[in-house]
Amino acid sequence: MAEHTGGAASAAHAHPTIRQYIVVAVILTIITAVEVAVFYIHWFGVFVYPILFVLSASKFVLVGAYYMHLKYDPPVMTWLFVGGLVIATATIGGLWALFNGFGG
Amino acid sequence: MAAIASAPHFAQEHGGHAKEHDNSLWSWVTTVDHKRIGILYGVSSFLFFLLGGIEASLIRTQLIVPNNRLVDPDTFNQLTTMHALTMVFLALMPLTAAFFNIAVPLMIGARDVAFPRLNAFSYWTFLVGALILNFGWIYGGSPDSGWFAYANITSRQYSPGPGMDYYTLGLQVLGVASMAAALNFIVTILNMRAPGMTLMRMPVFVWMTLVTSILIVLAFPVITVALIFLALDRMVGTSFFNPTGGGDPILWQHLFWIFGHPEVYILILPAMGVVSEILPTFSRKPLFGYHFVVYSGVAIGFLAFGVWSHHMFATGLGPIADSGFALATMLIAIPTGVKIFNWIGTLWDGAIRFTTAMLFATAFIAVFIVGGLSGVMHASPPAVLQQSATYFIVAHIHYVLFGGTIFGLFGGIYYWFPKVSGRLLSESAGKVHFWLTMVGMNIAFFPMHFLGLDGMPRRIYTYGADMGWSFWNLVSTLGVYLIIVGTLIFIGNIVWSVRSGVVAFSDPWDAATLEWSIPSPPPEHNFDRIPVVASARPLWDWKYGAAHSHESHAHAPIAGAQHGDDGEHIHMPNPSYWPLVTAVGLAVIAFGILFWIPMAIFGVFLLFFGINSWAFEPAG
Amino acid sequence: MTASHATATTHVDTSPDSGYGTTLRISHRKLLMWAFLASDCMFFGTLIANFITYFTRNEGTSPFTFLDIPYTSVSAFVLLMSSLTMVIALACIQRGDEIGMRIWLVATALLGSVFLGGQYFEFTEFYHKGMQLTGVNLFSSAFFTLTGTHGLHVTVGVIWLLSLVVVSFTKGIKSSESLNVEIAGLYWHFVDVVWIIIFAAVYLVGNTMTAPPLRGG
Repeated sequence: MAEHTGGAASAAHAHPTIRQYIVVAVILTIITAVEVAVFYIHWFGVFVYPILFVLSASKFVLVGAYYMHLKYDPPVMTWLFVGGLVIATATIGGLWALFNGFGG
Repeated sequence: MAAIASAPHFAQEHGGHAKEHDNSLWSWVTTVDHKRIGILYGVSSFLFFLLGGIEASLIRTQLIVPNNRLVDPDTFNQLTTMHALTMVFLALMPLTAAFFNIAVPLMIGARDVAFPRLNAFSYWTFLVGALILNFGWIYGGSPDSGWFAYANITSRQYSPGPGMDYYTLGLQVLGVASMAAALNFIVTILNMRAPGMTLMRMPVFVWMTLVTSILIVLAFPVITVALIFLALDRMVGTSFFNPTGGGDPILWQHLFWIFGHPEVYILILPAMGVVSEILPTFSRKPLFGYHFVVYSGVAIGFLAFGVWSHHMFATGLGPIADSGFALATMLIAIPTGVKIFNWIGTLWDGAIRFTTAMLFATAFIAVFIVGGLSGVMHASPPAVLQQSATYFIVAHIHYVLFGGTIFGLFGGIYYWFPKVSGRLLSESAGKVHFWLTMVGMNIAFFPMHFLGLDGMPRRIYTYGADMGWSFWNLVSTLGVYLIIVGTLIFIGNIVWSVRSGVVAFSDPWDAATLEWSIPSPPPEHNFDRIPVVASARPLWDWKYGAAHSHESHAHAPIAGAQHGDDGEHIHMPNPSYWPLVTAVGLAVIAFGILFWIPMAIFGVFLLFFGINSWAFEPAG
Repeated sequence: MTASHATATTHVDTSPDSGYGTTLRISHRKLLMWAFLASDCMFFGTLIANFITYFTRNEGTSPFTFLDIPYTSVSAFVLLMSSLTMVIALACIQRGDEIGMRIWLVATALLGSVFLGGQYFEFTEFYHKGMQLTGVNLFSSAFFTLTGTHGLHVTVGVIWLLSLVVVSFTKGIKSSESLNVEIAGLYWHFVDVVWIIIFAAVYLVGNTMTAPPLRGG
């Protein structure tokens, strides 16, 4: 076998350190705590929905970008994944609108 | 004919067979070679096409005169359901898969697909799914609720037999096969192209394969969920689609059509890709507006997810939903129209040779336009209120799927048969086949427009003599008989030409794409040296000089040696039986769920055993 | 398939896993996993859409009384931490630290199993309190189908991770083979990400929507 310095990290692009992974984990925990807090604090009224949406979307992006390495990988993988995500979200939105919004 | 056979020999001095392949049954059972898998798909799908045709012939013969008693109503319902399921899932989709397998690696200059064993797995799983779906003919009765199986006639209460269980499990397994194949082709097309082949230099057929594969990968999960819900309803007692339990039957329709609409584009886009290859070759002109054809294909794929409720205009969605989906549906007609104009532009002023492949491809345009026009009519909710569930829809379906997909794929068979077999199909028999099919198809399906507008509903097993439908039903059935004659001639042509057809060299059509640069049939490793490509028409560049490239003459592949780039022996993947074992595991699980649960549990172990052995199989 | 060249002086990583010889310079298997994850988005998207459609049909089993947010927050946290241990396991094997990889893979599988145990406990609680897959209402059916499917995905993930540990003990995993761990990791993170969505959409939103009105502000 040819010499390697190890897997994908041998290519010349950046790669998070363990320290950065732990930082991300801490941020994820904080966001989760905020979500739960928002849930319990009844002050937000109907705004709780977009706030929760934004918070969980941020967790999603953090895991995807750092843990799943999308930030450092060639963009085609992000396109593939985000493509599926967009179609899935649009479908959920469409079904919701049809059942609870405009019809059904 | 002679002119075609003596077109510039590209890579092959002598016709016919390169190295003699091992032709044993075991070699076919364990093959991981995309060309063999393509042949397996092709032969199987054609046999199922005949089965679907027999089902159609029985349907049409039952309807040839009023008050007919050829088959009873229950059998008729099974026939209509199975005809559609067989044609869509067991004939058209696998025939498309045959073309993906045979043509795509060759067109991109690859030696195989990205995952050869996964490829074999797709085929064997398809066979398992086909077996499950058709098992009802042997025991218990076939599915009979229409191919779209609207809830809740499909519930255990109203469909107590095993028919709908064959439906849920069979389609589920077929879905696994399609997903595996689609994932394979996405990776192959993105990641295994010859040097210089940018995305915008890929043949249009390869582009359509990519779009279709992405559609499969995103649409099939939806039907997977719907089938899980239906199976749970039937087997365990949930009420996802059962109103008495609080469920909503219309949810099935939504889920089915969120899958179902992309599915019909999955059926037509590959045929459009084939046509986009045939027309330039036999017009001796590049495809007109290559970029627009590609972008239109992508746009159609994208829009496919936004129009599903146009299948539900008669369900009372409400004016806002109706309008939204009507608009989106009309929008999709635009990229389709763009493609049609580009095909006509390709033909325009070309030096046209009407080989059989070209006849089918040209007829595709005309016939598909008819189907497209009735389709645009279906985009209008008020019009649909009359047309829905009538023979007007049946007319539309058959114009786009028979006149569209099947014509395109027949064209593809005539086009690529020489590459696969080393022989040309007989052109005279081909032309007879074409004309019988063309005339027969129009006689069979055009009258259905009249019947539909006259109010004849779908899926009725007979009708009264006083309805005024007798004449056109008779005419339509006679058209089907013409199609049968044409198909028989086609079968004869294939059987005869495989042994005795004119020997084809590597490039019988003087075509432009990479598959014509290697021998017919190709050696196992396809290309001795991976070509370097500088345009979308590499072979025309090499044969006739490029208009705009300095690299084009440098790397024309040379036949003969079995050696690769540095004189190394080219290593092809070893055959394997683990894909088959894994597929059998799925079969055991499915039949276990149907008949005896302990068998299903054994099936799970067999599946894991197969996957495990596959994963750890030494890469020879 | 390209033959791999064994020249000791090359700086180019020519192993199949590195994407050598491919058009996009990416491993085929990595690309395959991402395409699969895109399709799994649609799969879970459909299940979530179904849940959203049916969650108001909850007569007799108000989500507010059933869905225990503190409990589920802990299990969500457990799964998030398992993503951290997963990514550390990958970092270990990329550095050639196979022992470290084993430890952190086992930790990930353990955390995943804790999550599954928590799910099992929660489901049996619900079952005894009258919320069941069949025969109750559509909210219950949709809930169990969605979370049950997710649980199945986690189970497959745990089995996958443990089998990697077994392979490490029997055959060994070299740092040049770290892609095997990376791909298992992608699947694992995806399963975590789906739970992030389910936690928000099912537990938080569902609970909020069905909370009884507050007294006195």
